[in-house]
Amino acid sequence: MNTIEGTEAATAGPRIARKRGFLGEMSRNGSVYLMFLPVFVLLLLFNYLPMAGIVVAFKNYQFANGLFGSEWAKPLLNNFEYLVSSEYAFRAIRNTVLLNLLFIATGLLFEIGLALLLNEIRSKYFKKVAQSITFLPYFISWIVVGVFTYNLLTDVGVVNTIIGYFGHEPVDFYNSPGLWPAILALIMRWKVTGYGSVIYLAALAGIDSSYYEAASIDGATRWQQMWYISLPLLRPTVIILTLLAVGRIMNADFGMFYAVVGSAATLYSTTDVVDTFVYRGLRINGDVGMSAAAGFLQSTVAFVLVLGSNLIARKLDKDSALF
Amino acid sequence: MQHAKRNFKAGWAQAVMIGLLSVYSIFCLIPFLMVLSGSLSTEADISKYGYRLLPLHPNLDAYHILFLAADRVIDGYKISIFVTVAGTFLALLVNYMGGYAMARRTLRYRNALSIYALLTLMFSGGLVPWYIVCVNYLHLKDSVWALILPALAQGFNLFLIRNFLQSLPEELFESAKIDGAGELRIMFTIIAPLATPVLATVGLFIALNYWNDWYLGLMFIDDQSLQPLQLMLRTIVSNVEFLKNSGNAAEMQRVAATLPTEGVKMAVTIVTIGPIIFLYPFVQRFFVKGLVVGAVKG
Repeated sequence: MNTIEGTEAATAGPRIARKRGFLGEMSRNGSVYLMFLPVFVLLLLFNYLPMAGIVVAFKNYQFANGLFGSEWAKPLLNNFEYLVSSEYAFRAIRNTVLLNLLFIATGLLFEIGLALLLNEIRSKYFKKVAQSITFLPYFISWIVVGVFTYNLLTDVGVVNTIIGYFGHEPVDFYNSPGLWPAILALIMRWKVTGYGSVIYLAALAGIDSSYYEAASIDGATRWQQMWYISLPLLRPTVIILTLLAVGRIMNADFGMFYAVVGSAATLYSTTDVVDTFVYRGLRINGDVGMSAAAGFLQSTVAFVLVLGSNLIARKLDKDSALF
Repeated sequence: MQHAKRNFKAGWAQAVMIGLLSVYSIFCLIPFLMVLSGSLSTEADISKYGYRLLPLHPNLDAYHILFLAADRVIDGYKISIFVTVAGTFLALLVNYMGGYAMARRTLRYRNALSIYALLTLMFSGGLVPWYIVCVNYLHLKDSVWALILPALAQGFNLFLIRNFLQSLPEELFESAKIDGAGELRIMFTIIAPLATPVLATVGLFIALNYWNDWYLGLMFIDDQSLQPLQLMLRTIVSNVEFLKNSGNAAEMQRVAATLPTEGVKMAVTIVTIGPIIFLYPFVQRFFVKGLVVGAVKG
């Protein structure tokens, strides 16, 4: 993405004396500002108002008094004390970070691997078909992925049918939390690898072909070209995308956890993440205060991480940072 | 071309790579086949032999039951189609107008507009205040607009559109202005046709998100007649008996003495993903192209 500061308009030419000040600007360009109005209002209502509403973490929220009218919690950090005393909050944070690290690592492996494979295939037709098929799961909602998972892992599921063929006892997946980090990583890979590989594929297509020509004249094998040309030239893309992913490490994909794990509480020890924890507190247990405190922590840590990762990304490559 | 002649006999390497890709492609396709097979299997086979790649005794009972409860599914379809069409149209309009304003170099405060949009990408109030604002202040509970409005303005889309418009030559705007065109006219009749690539891409992603959305429904819709398709799928999967409310219960009883629970779950999944699978071959390349446009800056 482009950086936010667009280049200054380099419009040369005689400068006509203009009315200065805010009102002058409005009389000149008012109609363009008016076009921004719908976005202004929507972001105000759905983004900025909730940002201000984050104070609810420090309040004793009462439905009737609203976000800003409710009394301050006594003591002010009451919700946080409550949160810290809950072992589940710590578990949710730990799971979120560890699972995200697992997703980032497996993502790098699969996405770069798939991009390299697609890039090396000579048959245009096969490449096209393979890319279409691997991109397909991205188009399916998490709810449907939840059904797929159920179909594969339930006691009469396909995986247990296969295990049965080999004469083993069926595995009770929905009661084996230890297996789920691996299962979730596989599901994540299944759904987004094709999508994620597109960017690497574009980066590979952008590599100057003279590198490969020179290498092959010097007798480099295809494998050596991949190892010594393609991979090193992918490095900037890899670093930037990984940095941006690390910036989101406190945010779990709620859709995945809600639709695939759902209310299987036996699995929470390895699968409960901050987002599902907050959701349950708000919508199921009616524990708004603790939910809000957890959400506050998540938002502030995420903000610092996003800011930090973008600053580093910007240092490395001005064009790929978000801002 | 990087695939230019490389004097290296890579026949076997190609074979290995095609093999690997084939295995991975099958891995991607198998869940679809499993669910299709499950939807065509008899209940007895599923409970006795489990889900299989191919149905032992193919039959359409599950679809028959689903057809009898079609009013439920059709309700879901109607909501999802409305949300997708109205949402995509409005979101494109709103984000295009916003992105246009952010891109206009003649605006003195255009950077302020961009920063206003950018902050929403960097900081979020989180679920709790967002939910309270939507429910207690905006009264979106059980309204079809709850499925559209919260996702309408998106910082990311605003920047994609802004960046594309900024890559257009400034002279386009200036000459139109000199010819006496107003901003609205410049925006819709001169710039919009040139912005088709970015608008098509952004529009397709917005449409896909609305079609696949169930998060907003989960948060704000308790009334089952307003549930979008994806949420309806979840309701049916977690409680198949729900279908019996449809008034055709007696007829269902006749088709199958006991409800083919597992088969119906799989059949309703197939019915849900049908339109996506059908449209996929036509739209897939636009997504790939659009991703590249968004990633490799314009």
